[in-house]
Amino acid sequence: MTWLGSNVGLVAELSLHHVQLSLLPIVVGFVAAVPLGVLAWRFKLTRGLTLTIVGLLYTIPSLALFVLLPPLLGISFLSEANVVIALSIYAVALMTRSAADAFGSVDPVVRRSAAAMGYSSLGRFWAVELPLAGPVLLAGLRVVAVSTVSLVTVGVLVGSRSLGYLFMNGLQRSIPVEILSGIVMTVVIALAFDGILVLLGRLLMPWTRAETTSRRVARRLRLTVGGGS
Amino acid sequence: MTLFAEAIAWIFSPERLLGGNPVSQRIGEHLRYTLIALAVSALIAVPVGYLIGHSGKGREVAVSLAGAARALPSLGLLTILTLVFGIGQAPVAATVVFVVLGVPSVLAGAYAGIEAVDRNVVDAARAMGMTEWQILVRVEAPLGLPLLIGGLRSAALQILATAVLAAYVGLGGLGIYIQRGIALRTYDEMLGGAILIVALALVVDAVFALLERLAVPAGVSGRTKRPSPFRRRALTPATAIEGAG
Repeated sequence: MTWLGSNVGLVAELSLHHVQLSLLPIVVGFVAAVPLGVLAWRFKLTRGLTLTIVGLLYTIPSLALFVLLPPLLGISFLSEANVVIALSIYAVALMTRSAADAFGSVDPVVRRSAAAMGYSSLGRFWAVELPLAGPVLLAGLRVVAVSTVSLVTVGVLVGSRSLGYLFMNGLQRSIPVEILSGIVMTVVIALAFDGILVLLGRLLMPWTRAETTSRRVARRLRLTVGGGS
Repeated sequence: MTLFAEAIAWIFSPERLLGGNPVSQRIGEHLRYTLIALAVSALIAVPVGYLIGHSGKGREVAVSLAGAARALPSLGLLTILTLVFGIGQAPVAATVVFVVLGVPSVLAGAYAGIEAVDRNVVDAARAMGMTEWQILVRVEAPLGLPLLIGGLRSAALQILATAVLAAYVGLGGLGIYIQRGIALRTYDEMLGGAILIVALALVVDAVFALLERLAVPAGVSGRTKRPSPFRRRALTPATAIEGAG
Protein backbone atom coordinates (compact mmCIF):
# COMPACT_ATOMS: atom_id res chain seq x y z
CA MET A 1 0.00 0.00 0.00
CA THR A 2 2.98 2.30 0.54
CA TRP A 3 3.57 2.12 -3.23
CA LEU A 4 0.13 3.50 -3.98
CA GLY A 5 0.53 6.34 -1.47
CA SER A 6 3.60 7.72 -3.20
CA ASN A 7 2.42 7.07 -6.77
CA VAL A 8 -1.10 8.47 -6.89
CA GLY A 9 0.09 11.08 -9.38
CA LEU A 10 1.49 8.43 -11.73
CA VAL A 11 -1.71 6.36 -11.61
CA ALA A 12 -3.82 9.46 -12.32
CA GLU A 13 -1.61 10.51 -15.24
CA LEU A 14 -1.64 7.01 -16.77
CA SER A 15 -5.42 6.74 -16.30
CA LEU A 16 -5.96 10.01 -18.14
CA HIS A 17 -3.75 8.87 -21.01
CA HIS A 18 -5.54 5.53 -21.01
CA VAL A 19 -8.88 7.29 -21.49
CA GLN A 20 -7.45 9.38 -24.34
CA LEU A 21 -6.13 6.28 -26.11
CA SER A 22 -9.47 4.45 -25.74
CA LEU A 23 -11.70 7.26 -26.95
CA LEU A 24 -10.75 7.44 -30.63
CA PRO A 25 -11.06 3.69 -31.41
CA ILE A 26 -14.53 3.58 -29.82
CA VAL A 27 -15.75 6.58 -31.86
CA VAL A 28 -14.14 5.30 -35.08
CA GLY A 29 -15.60 1.86 -34.46
CA PHE A 30 -19.12 3.24 -34.24
CA VAL A 31 -18.89 5.71 -37.13
CA ALA A 32 -17.29 3.25 -39.56
CA ALA A 33 -19.38 0.26 -38.54
CA VAL A 34 -22.78 1.81 -39.30
CA PRO A 35 -22.24 2.05 -43.09
CA LEU A 36 -20.41 -1.30 -43.09
CA GLY A 37 -23.29 -2.82 -41.13
CA VAL A 38 -25.75 -1.48 -43.72
CA LEU A 39 -23.59 -2.99 -46.45
CA ALA A 40 -23.63 -6.35 -44.67
CA TRP A 41 -27.34 -6.24 -43.99
CA ARG A 42 -28.90 -4.88 -47.16
CA PHE A 43 -27.08 -6.65 -49.99
CA LYS A 44 -26.61 -10.38 -50.10
CA LEU A 45 -23.48 -10.05 -52.22
CA THR A 46 -21.58 -7.84 -49.77
CA ARG A 47 -22.93 -9.58 -46.67
CA GLY A 48 -20.72 -12.66 -46.80
CA LEU A 49 -17.66 -10.70 -47.85
CA THR A 50 -17.96 -8.00 -45.18
CA LEU A 51 -18.72 -10.40 -42.35
CA THR A 52 -15.90 -12.75 -43.38
CA ILE A 53 -13.33 -9.94 -43.49
CA VAL A 54 -14.30 -8.48 -40.11
CA GLY A 55 -14.41 -11.99 -38.65
CA LEU A 56 -10.87 -12.72 -39.84
CA LEU A 57 -9.58 -9.34 -38.60
CA TYR A 58 -10.99 -10.08 -35.18
CA THR A 59 -9.15 -13.41 -34.94
CA ILE A 60 -5.74 -11.67 -35.12
CA PRO A 61 -4.23 -11.55 -31.62
CA SER A 62 -3.64 -7.96 -30.49
CA LEU A 63 0.12 -8.14 -29.92
CA ALA A 64 0.63 -9.65 -33.39
CA LEU A 65 -1.41 -6.81 -34.93
CA PHE A 66 0.65 -4.19 -33.07
CA VAL A 67 3.76 -5.71 -34.67
CA LEU A 68 2.33 -6.19 -38.17
CA LEU A 69 0.72 -2.78 -38.66
CA PRO A 70 3.73 -0.40 -38.60
CA PRO A 71 5.54 -1.87 -41.64
CA LEU A 72 2.20 -2.18 -43.50
CA LEU A 73 1.28 1.47 -42.88
CA GLY A 74 4.78 2.87 -42.89
CA ILE A 75 4.48 4.34 -39.40
CA SER A 76 6.94 4.18 -36.54
CA PHE A 77 6.83 1.00 -34.55
CA LEU A 78 6.66 2.81 -31.22
CA SER A 79 4.22 5.53 -32.30
CA GLU A 80 0.96 5.95 -30.46
CA ALA A 81 -0.89 5.94 -33.80
CA ASN A 82 0.00 2.25 -34.10
CA VAL A 83 -2.00 1.27 -31.01
CA VAL A 84 -4.89 3.61 -31.83
CA ILE A 85 -5.20 2.29 -35.40
CA ALA A 86 -4.95 -1.36 -34.31
CA LEU A 87 -7.66 -0.88 -31.68
CA SER A 88 -9.82 0.98 -34.20
CA ILE A 89 -9.58 -2.03 -36.50
CA TYR A 90 -10.80 -4.30 -33.69
CA ALA A 91 -13.57 -1.88 -32.80
CA VAL A 92 -14.77 -1.71 -36.41
CA ALA A 93 -14.56 -5.50 -36.77
CA LEU A 94 -16.57 -6.12 -33.62
CA MET A 95 -19.08 -3.34 -34.22
CA THR A 96 -19.84 -4.18 -37.88
CA ARG A 97 -21.33 -7.52 -36.86
CA SER A 98 -23.48 -5.85 -34.19
CA ALA A 99 -24.59 -3.19 -36.68
CA ALA A 100 -25.62 -5.82 -39.22
CA ASP A 101 -27.60 -7.62 -36.49
CA ALA A 102 -29.08 -4.30 -35.35
CA PHE A 103 -30.45 -3.41 -38.78
CA GLY A 104 -31.62 -6.97 -39.20
CA SER A 105 -33.63 -6.62 -36.00
CA VAL A 106 -35.85 -3.91 -37.49
CA ASP A 107 -39.28 -5.37 -38.20
CA PRO A 108 -39.75 -5.62 -42.01
CA VAL A 109 -43.42 -4.69 -41.58
CA VAL A 110 -42.38 -1.36 -40.04
CA ARG A 111 -39.97 -0.77 -42.92
CA ARG A 112 -42.69 -1.47 -45.47
CA SER A 113 -45.14 0.80 -43.64
CA ALA A 114 -42.58 3.61 -43.70
CA ALA A 115 -42.09 3.09 -47.44
CA ALA A 116 -45.86 3.12 -47.92
CA MET A 117 -46.07 6.41 -46.00
CA GLY A 118 -43.78 7.92 -48.62
CA TYR A 119 -40.35 7.90 -46.96
CA SER A 120 -37.46 7.93 -49.40
CA SER A 121 -34.95 5.18 -48.74
CA LEU A 122 -32.48 7.65 -47.19
CA GLY A 123 -35.19 9.37 -45.15
CA ARG A 124 -36.44 6.01 -43.97
CA PHE A 125 -32.92 5.08 -42.89
CA TRP A 126 -32.49 8.17 -40.69
CA ALA A 127 -36.03 8.41 -39.35
CA VAL A 128 -37.04 4.76 -38.99
CA GLU A 129 -34.30 2.17 -39.36
CA LEU A 130 -31.47 3.86 -37.44
CA PRO A 131 -33.56 4.72 -34.35
CA LEU A 132 -35.16 1.27 -34.27
CA ALA A 133 -31.75 -0.38 -34.61
CA GLY A 134 -30.53 1.83 -31.74
CA PRO A 135 -30.88 -0.55 -28.79
CA VAL A 136 -28.93 -3.36 -30.51
CA LEU A 137 -26.33 -0.84 -31.75
CA LEU A 138 -25.94 0.41 -28.19
CA ALA A 139 -25.48 -3.12 -26.85
CA GLY A 140 -22.72 -3.69 -29.44
CA LEU A 141 -21.03 -0.38 -28.68
CA ARG A 142 -20.94 -1.19 -24.96
CA VAL A 143 -19.05 -4.41 -25.71
CA VAL A 144 -16.67 -2.50 -27.99
CA ALA A 145 -16.01 0.18 -25.36
CA VAL A 146 -15.27 -2.26 -22.56
CA SER A 147 -12.99 -4.50 -24.63
CA THR A 148 -11.13 -1.50 -26.11
CA VAL A 149 -10.36 -0.12 -22.65
CA SER A 150 -9.06 -3.54 -21.63
CA LEU A 151 -6.98 -4.01 -24.83
CA VAL A 152 -5.26 -0.62 -24.51
CA THR A 153 -3.17 -2.14 -21.72
CA VAL A 154 -1.45 -4.55 -24.15
CA GLY A 155 -0.08 -1.50 -25.98
CA VAL A 156 2.54 -1.10 -23.25
CA LEU A 157 4.45 -3.96 -24.87
CA VAL A 158 5.04 -1.77 -27.94
CA GLY A 159 5.85 1.27 -25.85
CA SER A 160 2.54 3.13 -25.55
CA ARG A 161 1.85 4.77 -22.22
CA SER A 162 -1.24 3.41 -20.52
CA LEU A 163 -2.24 1.65 -17.32
CA GLY A 164 -0.52 -1.41 -18.80
CA TYR A 165 2.76 0.23 -17.77
CA LEU A 166 1.86 -0.58 -14.16
CA PHE A 167 1.53 -4.30 -15.05
CA MET A 168 4.99 -4.64 -16.59
CA ASN A 169 6.69 -2.34 -14.10
CA GLY A 170 4.97 -4.09 -11.20
CA LEU A 171 6.05 -7.49 -12.54
CA GLN A 172 9.67 -6.43 -12.90
CA ARG A 173 9.79 -4.86 -9.43
CA SER A 174 7.54 -7.53 -7.81
CA ILE A 175 4.97 -5.06 -6.48
CA PRO A 176 1.51 -6.73 -6.63
CA VAL A 177 -0.16 -3.53 -5.39
CA GLU A 178 1.11 -1.67 -8.46
CA ILE A 179 -0.41 -4.26 -10.81
CA LEU A 180 -3.61 -4.35 -8.78
CA SER A 181 -4.01 -0.56 -9.03
CA GLY A 182 -3.63 -0.89 -12.79
CA ILE A 183 -6.29 -3.60 -12.99
CA VAL A 184 -8.72 -1.71 -10.73
CA MET A 185 -8.32 1.54 -12.67
CA THR A 186 -8.78 -0.26 -16.02
CA VAL A 187 -12.03 -1.81 -14.77
CA VAL A 188 -13.17 1.54 -13.34
CA ILE A 189 -12.55 3.29 -16.69
CA ALA A 190 -14.35 0.48 -18.55
CA LEU A 191 -17.34 0.76 -16.23
CA ALA A 192 -17.34 4.56 -16.60
CA PHE A 193 -17.44 4.29 -20.41
CA ASP A 194 -20.21 1.70 -20.10
CA GLY A 195 -22.22 3.92 -17.76
CA ILE A 196 -21.86 6.95 -20.04
CA LEU A 197 -23.05 4.89 -23.03
CA VAL A 198 -26.09 3.63 -21.09
CA LEU A 199 -26.90 7.22 -20.10
CA LEU A 200 -26.49 8.46 -23.69
CA GLY A 201 -28.78 5.65 -24.82
CA ARG A 202 -31.49 6.76 -22.38
CA LEU A 203 -31.18 10.37 -23.52
CA LEU A 204 -31.22 9.56 -27.24
CA MET A 205 -33.75 6.72 -27.08
CA PRO A 206 -36.20 7.59 -24.29
CA TRP A 207 -38.70 5.07 -25.64
CA THR A 208 -36.49 2.06 -24.81
CA ARG A 209 -36.88 2.70 -21.09
CA ALA A 210 -40.65 2.90 -21.31
CA GLU A 211 -40.64 -0.28 -23.36
CA THR A 212 -38.63 -2.28 -20.83
CA THR A 213 -40.91 -1.21 -17.98
CA SER A 214 -44.01 -2.08 -19.98
CA ARG A 215 -42.48 -5.45 -20.84
CA ARG A 216 -41.72 -6.00 -17.16
CA VAL A 217 -45.34 -5.17 -16.29
CA ALA A 218 -46.52 -7.55 -19.00
CA ARG A 219 -44.33 -10.32 -17.64
CA ARG A 220 -45.62 -9.78 -14.11
CA LEU A 221 -49.20 -9.86 -15.39
CA ARG A 222 -48.51 -13.09 -17.20
CA LEU A 223 -47.03 -14.59 -14.04
CA THR A 224 -50.02 -13.62 -11.87
CA VAL A 225 -52.52 -14.83 -14.45
CA GLY A 226 -50.45 -17.99 -14.75
CA GLY A 227 -50.64 -18.27 -18.53
CA GLY A 228 -48.32 -20.53 -20.52
CA SER A 229 -45.12 -19.45 -22.16
CA MET B 1 7.71 -4.78 -47.96
CA THR B 2 11.33 -5.90 -47.75
CA LEU B 3 10.70 -6.24 -44.03
CA PHE B 4 8.07 -8.87 -44.76
CA ALA B 5 10.38 -10.69 -47.17
CA GLU B 6 12.98 -10.81 -44.41
CA ALA B 7 10.38 -12.08 -41.97
CA ILE B 8 9.38 -14.88 -44.34
CA ALA B 9 13.04 -15.71 -44.87
CA TRP B 10 13.43 -15.81 -41.07
CA ILE B 11 10.53 -18.25 -40.72
CA PHE B 12 11.95 -20.63 -43.32
CA SER B 13 15.60 -20.38 -42.30
CA PRO B 14 17.09 -23.75 -41.28
CA GLU B 15 17.76 -22.37 -37.81
CA ARG B 16 13.98 -22.09 -37.18
CA LEU B 17 13.49 -25.76 -37.94
CA LEU B 18 16.44 -27.28 -36.12
CA GLY B 19 18.16 -24.61 -34.00
CA GLY B 20 17.96 -23.91 -30.30
CA ASN B 21 14.63 -22.09 -30.51
CA PRO B 22 12.68 -24.11 -33.11
CA VAL B 23 9.27 -23.01 -34.37
CA SER B 24 7.77 -26.48 -33.99
CA GLN B 25 8.51 -26.47 -30.26
CA ARG B 26 6.97 -23.00 -29.81
CA ILE B 27 3.85 -23.94 -31.76
CA GLY B 28 3.59 -27.08 -29.65
CA GLU B 29 3.82 -25.06 -26.44
CA HIS B 30 1.28 -22.57 -27.69
CA LEU B 31 -1.23 -25.24 -28.71
CA ARG B 32 -0.68 -27.18 -25.49
CA TYR B 33 -1.48 -24.13 -23.33
CA THR B 34 -4.52 -23.36 -25.45
CA LEU B 35 -5.93 -26.90 -25.45
CA ILE B 36 -5.38 -27.56 -21.73
CA ALA B 37 -7.04 -24.26 -20.79
CA LEU B 38 -9.87 -24.90 -23.24
CA ALA B 39 -10.47 -28.37 -21.80
CA VAL B 40 -10.56 -27.03 -18.22
CA SER B 41 -12.90 -24.20 -19.29
CA ALA B 42 -15.21 -26.71 -20.96
CA LEU B 43 -15.21 -29.00 -17.89
CA ILE B 44 -16.35 -26.08 -15.75
CA ALA B 45 -18.60 -24.20 -18.16
CA VAL B 46 -20.46 -26.90 -20.10
CA PRO B 47 -22.27 -28.52 -17.12
CA VAL B 48 -23.10 -25.11 -15.63
CA GLY B 49 -24.22 -23.79 -19.02
CA TYR B 50 -26.44 -26.83 -19.63
CA LEU B 51 -27.95 -26.39 -16.18
CA ILE B 52 -28.72 -22.72 -16.93
CA GLY B 53 -30.09 -23.53 -20.38
CA HIS B 54 -32.22 -26.47 -19.23
CA SER B 55 -33.64 -24.84 -16.10
CA GLY B 56 -33.77 -21.30 -17.52
CA LYS B 57 -32.39 -20.00 -14.21
CA GLY B 58 -29.27 -17.97 -13.59
CA ARG B 59 -28.99 -16.50 -17.06
CA GLU B 60 -28.56 -12.93 -15.75
CA VAL B 61 -25.67 -14.07 -13.56
CA ALA B 62 -23.93 -15.66 -16.56
CA VAL B 63 -24.42 -12.54 -18.71
CA SER B 64 -23.00 -10.17 -16.09
CA LEU B 65 -20.12 -12.59 -15.48
CA ALA B 66 -19.24 -12.42 -19.16
CA GLY B 67 -19.35 -8.60 -19.06
CA ALA B 68 -17.06 -8.50 -16.02
CA ALA B 69 -14.57 -10.89 -17.64
CA ARG B 70 -14.43 -8.66 -20.71
CA ALA B 71 -13.44 -5.65 -18.58
CA LEU B 72 -10.55 -7.51 -16.90
CA PRO B 73 -7.25 -6.75 -18.66
CA SER B 74 -5.63 -10.10 -19.48
CA LEU B 75 -2.07 -8.77 -19.21
CA GLY B 76 -2.78 -7.43 -15.72
CA LEU B 77 -4.32 -10.73 -14.62
CA LEU B 78 -1.36 -12.64 -16.02
CA THR B 79 1.27 -10.49 -14.30
CA ILE B 80 -0.42 -10.30 -10.90
CA LEU B 81 -1.14 -14.02 -10.72
CA THR B 82 2.45 -14.76 -11.70
CA LEU B 83 3.62 -12.64 -8.76
CA VAL B 84 1.08 -14.17 -6.38
CA PHE B 85 1.78 -17.78 -7.37
CA GLY B 86 5.52 -17.18 -7.72
CA ILE B 87 7.56 -17.20 -10.94
CA GLY B 88 8.15 -20.96 -10.55
CA GLN B 89 4.41 -21.57 -10.73
CA ALA B 90 3.92 -19.33 -13.77
CA PRO B 91 2.33 -22.14 -15.88
CA VAL B 92 -0.36 -22.60 -13.23
CA ALA B 93 -0.94 -18.85 -13.01
CA ALA B 94 -1.20 -18.57 -16.79
CA THR B 95 -3.63 -21.50 -17.02
CA VAL B 96 -5.85 -19.91 -14.36
CA VAL B 97 -5.91 -16.67 -16.40
CA PHE B 98 -6.69 -18.54 -19.63
CA VAL B 99 -9.53 -20.42 -17.93
CA VAL B 100 -10.98 -17.21 -16.45
CA LEU B 101 -11.00 -15.73 -19.97
CA GLY B 102 -12.31 -18.90 -21.63
CA VAL B 103 -15.18 -19.80 -19.30
CA PRO B 104 -17.62 -16.97 -20.23
CA SER B 105 -17.57 -17.79 -23.96
CA VAL B 106 -18.04 -21.52 -23.42
CA LEU B 107 -20.78 -20.84 -20.87
CA ALA B 108 -22.61 -18.56 -23.31
CA GLY B 109 -22.31 -21.15 -26.09
CA ALA B 110 -23.63 -23.92 -23.82
CA TYR B 111 -26.71 -22.15 -22.51
CA ALA B 112 -27.49 -20.38 -25.78
CA GLY B 113 -27.39 -23.76 -27.53
CA ILE B 114 -29.93 -25.24 -25.14
CA GLU B 115 -32.10 -22.11 -25.17
CA ALA B 116 -32.22 -22.07 -28.96
CA VAL B 117 -33.90 -25.49 -29.06
CA ASP B 118 -37.55 -25.20 -30.05
CA ARG B 119 -39.65 -25.58 -26.86
CA ASN B 120 -42.18 -27.65 -28.81
CA VAL B 121 -39.47 -30.22 -29.50
CA VAL B 122 -38.65 -30.39 -25.79
CA ASP B 123 -42.33 -30.74 -24.89
CA ALA B 124 -42.69 -33.47 -27.51
CA ALA B 125 -39.74 -35.34 -25.99
CA ARG B 126 -41.31 -35.00 -22.54
CA ALA B 127 -44.65 -36.22 -23.86
CA MET B 128 -42.92 -39.27 -25.32
CA GLY B 129 -41.90 -40.18 -21.77
CA MET B 130 -38.27 -39.10 -21.78
CA THR B 131 -36.78 -38.24 -18.41
CA GLU B 132 -35.26 -34.77 -17.90
CA TRP B 133 -31.79 -36.32 -18.21
CA GLN B 134 -32.71 -38.02 -21.49
CA ILE B 135 -34.16 -34.76 -22.83
CA LEU B 136 -30.92 -32.95 -22.00
CA VAL B 137 -28.54 -35.59 -23.34
CA ARG B 138 -30.50 -36.88 -26.34
CA VAL B 139 -32.47 -33.84 -27.52
CA GLU B 140 -31.12 -30.53 -26.24
CA ALA B 141 -27.38 -31.28 -26.26
CA PRO B 142 -27.19 -32.57 -29.87
CA LEU B 143 -29.39 -29.75 -31.19
CA GLY B 144 -27.37 -27.14 -29.28
CA LEU B 145 -23.97 -28.57 -30.24
CA PRO B 146 -23.19 -26.10 -33.07
CA LEU B 147 -23.69 -23.11 -30.76
CA LEU B 148 -21.57 -24.79 -28.06
CA ILE B 149 -18.78 -25.28 -30.58
CA GLY B 150 -19.17 -21.62 -31.55
CA GLY B 151 -18.57 -20.74 -27.89
CA LEU B 152 -15.53 -23.03 -27.75
CA ARG B 153 -14.27 -21.36 -30.93
CA SER B 154 -14.27 -17.85 -29.49
CA ALA B 155 -12.83 -19.13 -26.20
CA ALA B 156 -10.00 -20.87 -28.08
CA LEU B 157 -9.14 -17.68 -29.99
CA GLN B 158 -9.27 -15.61 -26.81
CA ILE B 159 -6.95 -18.05 -25.02
CA LEU B 160 -4.61 -18.28 -28.02
CA ALA B 161 -4.31 -14.48 -28.13
CA THR B 162 -3.62 -14.28 -24.41
CA ALA B 163 -1.07 -17.11 -24.64
CA VAL B 164 0.99 -14.76 -26.85
CA LEU B 165 1.42 -12.59 -23.74
CA ALA B 166 2.61 -15.61 -21.73
CA ALA B 167 6.11 -15.11 -23.16
CA TYR B 168 6.38 -12.06 -20.91
CA VAL B 169 6.11 -14.22 -17.78
CA GLY B 170 8.71 -16.64 -19.14
CA LEU B 171 6.43 -19.32 -20.56
CA GLY B 172 7.58 -19.48 -24.16
CA GLY B 173 4.98 -20.09 -26.85
CA LEU B 174 5.02 -18.15 -30.11
CA GLY B 175 4.97 -14.83 -28.25
CA ILE B 176 8.62 -15.36 -27.36
CA TYR B 177 9.70 -14.27 -30.86
CA ILE B 178 7.84 -10.98 -30.52
CA GLN B 179 9.19 -10.42 -27.03
CA ARG B 180 12.77 -11.12 -28.10
CA GLY B 181 12.37 -9.21 -31.35
CA ILE B 182 11.16 -6.09 -29.56
CA ALA B 183 13.86 -6.30 -26.89
CA LEU B 184 16.71 -6.93 -29.38
CA ARG B 185 15.25 -4.77 -32.19
CA THR B 186 15.38 -7.74 -34.59
CA TYR B 187 12.53 -6.92 -36.93
CA ASP B 188 12.64 -10.14 -38.95
CA GLU B 189 12.17 -12.23 -35.80
CA MET B 190 9.40 -9.98 -34.46
CA LEU B 191 7.47 -9.91 -37.74
CA GLY B 192 8.08 -13.59 -38.41
CA GLY B 193 6.68 -14.42 -34.98
CA ALA B 194 3.63 -12.23 -35.58
CA ILE B 195 2.98 -13.91 -38.95
CA LEU B 196 3.20 -17.37 -37.32
CA ILE B 197 0.77 -16.31 -34.59
CA VAL B 198 -1.77 -14.97 -37.10
CA ALA B 199 -1.43 -18.16 -39.18
CA LEU B 200 -2.00 -20.34 -36.12
CA ALA B 201 -5.06 -18.29 -35.10
CA LEU B 202 -6.55 -18.56 -38.59
CA VAL B 203 -5.97 -22.33 -38.69
CA VAL B 204 -7.57 -22.85 -35.26
CA ASP B 205 -10.51 -20.65 -36.31
CA ALA B 206 -10.95 -22.64 -39.53
CA VAL B 207 -10.87 -25.98 -37.70
CA PHE B 208 -13.59 -24.84 -35.31
CA ALA B 209 -15.64 -23.41 -38.18
CA LEU B 210 -15.51 -26.82 -39.82
CA LEU B 211 -16.47 -28.61 -36.59
CA GLU B 212 -19.36 -26.19 -36.17
CA ARG B 213 -20.68 -27.15 -39.57
CA LEU B 214 -20.21 -30.88 -39.00
CA ALA B 215 -22.01 -30.70 -35.65
CA VAL B 216 -25.35 -29.73 -37.17
CA PRO B 217 -27.54 -32.86 -36.86
CA ALA B 218 -28.43 -34.33 -40.25
CA GLY B 219 -32.16 -33.87 -39.68
CA VAL B 220 -31.73 -30.13 -39.06
CA SER B 221 -29.28 -29.25 -41.81
CA GLY B 222 -31.30 -31.06 -44.48
CA ARG B 223 -28.34 -33.27 -45.27
CA THR B 224 -30.59 -36.34 -45.22
CA LYS B 225 -30.60 -38.15 -48.57
CA ARG B 226 -34.09 -37.35 -49.67
CA PRO B 227 -36.91 -36.36 -47.33
CA SER B 228 -39.81 -38.75 -47.62
CA PRO B 229 -43.05 -37.24 -48.90
CA PHE B 230 -44.71 -38.10 -45.59
CA ARG B 231 -42.14 -36.22 -43.57
CA ARG B 232 -42.42 -33.23 -45.83
CA ARG B 233 -46.17 -33.18 -45.47
CA ALA B 234 -45.90 -33.48 -41.72
CA LEU B 235 -43.78 -30.33 -41.66
CA THR B 236 -46.16 -28.04 -43.55
CA PRO B 237 -47.54 -25.28 -41.33
CA ALA B 238 -51.16 -26.31 -41.77
CA THR B 239 -50.72 -29.83 -40.39
CA ALA B 240 -48.43 -28.51 -37.66
CA ILE B 241 -51.13 -26.12 -36.47
CA GLU B 242 -53.78 -28.82 -36.72
CA GLY B 243 -51.62 -31.10 -34.64
CA ALA B 244 -51.02 -28.41 -32.04
CA GLY B 245 -54.73 -27.62 -31.73
